[in-house]
Amino acid sequence: MSTTTVAHHEEHSDHPTGIMRWLTTTNHKDIGTMYLTFSLVMFLVGGAMVLGIRAELFQPGLQLMNPDFYNQLIGVHALIMIFAALMPAATGFANWMIPLQIGAPDMALPRLNNWGFWLLPPSAILLTLPFTLALFGIGDGAIATGWTFYPPLSVQGGIGVDFAIFAVHLLGVSSVMGSINIIVTLFNMRAPGMTLMKMPMFAWGWLITAFLLVATIPVLAGAVTMLLTDRHFGTHFFDAAGGGDPIMFQHLFWFFGHPEVYILLLPVWGFIPQILQTFSRKPMYGYKAQVYSLWAIGALAVVVWAHHFFTAGMPVPALLYFMYSTMAISLPLAVLFFCWIKTMWRGSMSFETPMLFAVGWIILFGIGGLTGLVLADVAADAQYHNSYFVVAHFHYTLFAGGIMGIMAGVYYWLPKMTGHMYNEKLGKLHFWLTAISFNVTFIPQFFVGLAGMPRRIPDYALQFAEFNMISTIGAFVLGLSQLLFVYNIISCARGGTKATDKVWEGAEGLEWTLSSPPPYHSFNEQPVIK
Amino acid sequence: MQVFKKIGVGLAGLLASLNVYADYSWNFPEPVTPMALDTLHVHNKFMIITAIIFFAVLAIMIYSIFAHRKSKGYKAVADKAPSTAVEIFWTLIPFAILLLIDFVIMGIPAYHSVVMMEDTRDQSTMVIKVTGSQWRWQYEYLDGDAKGIKFVSNLTTSDDQLHDKADKSENYLLEVDNPLVLPVGEKVRILMTASDVLHNWWVPQFGSSRVAVPGFIRETWVQVDKAGTYRGQCKELCGKGHGYMPVVVNAVPMEEYKVWVAKKQEEQKAASEVKEMTKEDLIAQGKTVYEKNCAVCHQVSGAGLPPAFPALTGSQVALGPIFGADGKYLKDSHMDRLLNGKGVMPAWKATLNDTEIAAVITYERQALGNAATVDPVVQPAQVKAARE
Repeated sequence: MSTTTVAHHEEHSDHPTGIMRWLTTTNHKDIGTMYLTFSLVMFLVGGAMVLGIRAELFQPGLQLMNPDFYNQLIGVHALIMIFAALMPAATGFANWMIPLQIGAPDMALPRLNNWGFWLLPPSAILLTLPFTLALFGIGDGAIATGWTFYPPLSVQGGIGVDFAIFAVHLLGVSSVMGSINIIVTLFNMRAPGMTLMKMPMFAWGWLITAFLLVATIPVLAGAVTMLLTDRHFGTHFFDAAGGGDPIMFQHLFWFFGHPEVYILLLPVWGFIPQILQTFSRKPMYGYKAQVYSLWAIGALAVVVWAHHFFTAGMPVPALLYFMYSTMAISLPLAVLFFCWIKTMWRGSMSFETPMLFAVGWIILFGIGGLTGLVLADVAADAQYHNSYFVVAHFHYTLFAGGIMGIMAGVYYWLPKMTGHMYNEKLGKLHFWLTAISFNVTFIPQFFVGLAGMPRRIPDYALQFAEFNMISTIGAFVLGLSQLLFVYNIISCARGGTKATDKVWEGAEGLEWTLSSPPPYHSFNEQPVIK
Repeated sequence: MQVFKKIGVGLAGLLASLNVYADYSWNFPEPVTPMALDTLHVHNKFMIITAIIFFAVLAIMIYSIFAHRKSKGYKAVADKAPSTAVEIFWTLIPFAILLLIDFVIMGIPAYHSVVMMEDTRDQSTMVIKVTGSQWRWQYEYLDGDAKGIKFVSNLTTSDDQLHDKADKSENYLLEVDNPLVLPVGEKVRILMTASDVLHNWWVPQFGSSRVAVPGFIRETWVQVDKAGTYRGQCKELCGKGHGYMPVVVNAVPMEEYKVWVAKKQEEQKAASEVKEMTKEDLIAQGKTVYEKNCAVCHQVSGAGLPPAFPALTGSQVALGPIFGADGKYLKDSHMDRLLNGKGVMPAWKATLNDTEIAAVITYERQALGNAATVDPVVQPAQVKAARE
């Protein structure tokens, strides 16, 4: 950053330094950096929690914690990973890269952007504070209902549930503000000549994500507010004794919850094709088909929610509708897979770390997608539902499909953001350790699930012991290898080989026309797309 | 790279060595109901189809990864825009294949399975009500010879086993005191409900699983075609005891079932007889009832787990008066709590009989460090009167 050009009026680089810079910043790059840092920290917190869970499950019997604490860990692990690790990571990339990719000087609503970020740390504190309070004898710990808040258990729960409800409110407000900002930015601030159908795929992925967020977060906020009034103000939305229905909560929750899966994945589906085209050295295949598929998935996302609770009881026509509509998602998703692979086909591929992650991502996310298709079947779902098969399935979609995708993005853009190359050897080692230990962790969970192990139990019958032991070993290797990732990021931010403007030989797009790192205020002159 | 090879060999060795475990399972457990059989077929078929898709696509990718490398000097070949006819053809063919897989190969059998699973009425010969409560299952036979039989099914695995202080039994966490008994070959309609939060009655070998919703009745059915003991667990997170409410079903031939019904009816009749008992007998029986039903929250010692589960030792409820001057029990008294519950404390009037309630009240007042002087002993007859 240039501090010597105060005289140079156009630069506007006289911003506060130290902590005030970060508290008051309206700069999209600073805010993006804060989102990504926050996400990384929360990823480690959520990861530490799951290592506690896996350590308890290492062998039958209760060794480390009581069942109530175990239930708190599973719920908070999920809430943190979804709302505080994965979503902020995607928003961080959006802040950093969307203005750079569409040739805009900043996001359209910079102050809203600052506010959106600074709502996150308080909500992270709300989520984790009950653990600390319980140590001092206040309340009985964090939310112990799993991340899904199902009543009547959540009506019965302690103050941890209230804390989680308020955390979700704050996170929801933050997400909606971020989404509005992205929609406004994409519709108003594209460089001249960049029509919607020339937008980078990442921008497309995020545009649809943003619409899904604006459509569904209010429903979640409403549902948890109804829960709050049931808990404290004598309403009976979810209580049969007062004419309510506990299952209604599940409908409301999953009306948000299913689109949420695509909210987490669509940004990744946006930049993975960009990574593939960069390292295959040929333009991405089927741009239009991919855009239309993203729209189709966005539309289907809001009409399939009930497949998350087939066993809760529904009329047969409803079961059939939700089964067939869920299966229909395989069509646009197949188009995307085809386009991704066709982008690689007959390219001139090289396998730097981002490409390794992208290719590994296609394979592992493919497993997540195909098992999802099987789960859509109502008959078989009676067995899969709430078993470890489901746990394995959604970790293939959300860890492999979500977090490993984000890692591909981190390695891809880190040189652009910091101006230094990361350690390539360490990056590759991180990929192989992550990919292998991820499978060692979750493949056994498919088998214990099929054999009949329910999820969310702190202890299990003896026939599940061997698989759980393997899974725990995998989880610890997986967890510890993320320290390589952290080390690589920090050392890259501090120094290293200077990155060129283009960074990657095959990189295409406006962000690669800027210096590495880009100036604090980029695109003072608007680029024009021909 | 050498390191990875070693790790790979090690892992392969580890996986191979696991095959020694004879009861090791890679798929659904052996199905014993028509529904579970159907589910297994559906599952196997889908797994084969998805595996074919997965490995075919993977093979293409791997070929590309090795053939189209920059390090091998492969030059990128730009994709040419195909003619419209070719494009339409190559779009429609995969779509047709997918539609066929989704809605014909998978969709039609799925339709029949769903209809079969939801059909609880045709040919069902008996009805059973299953109630989930924190954290035990209650069974009630609603018709036929067994009408009126009802009992609670509790986990019997000892606390020492849970905390690694004793060797774990063969059916660790999957063993109960009173299993549900069903006749082989009969279609049994199951009405499912819950008394507090959501539960899910699940036996993997039956293939049926249905959420038990408080205040609502859900239906499913089982028809066990093979005699044996089948074990499962609650499958919906229901609080801290979620991992400790197993389902055990004994499927027995019809003759044996009839004998069991007669025996159970007799037992139940004897148990419901109200007779005067000594303090010692009440305390002795109360201890059993307490440890089976109450200790999970209030602890074996009576110390509870405050703040959610209060201590009984020294508790005002356990030491204070039960009956008012008119001989009726007081609101918020020990009797009121047992019969009607409050908040997280369940109501026990439907679950325990008069003798059991009298025994457990007496036990709580005279043991666990308590020695109540007001209403020290409660007799079954008093519970019977209190119910009316």
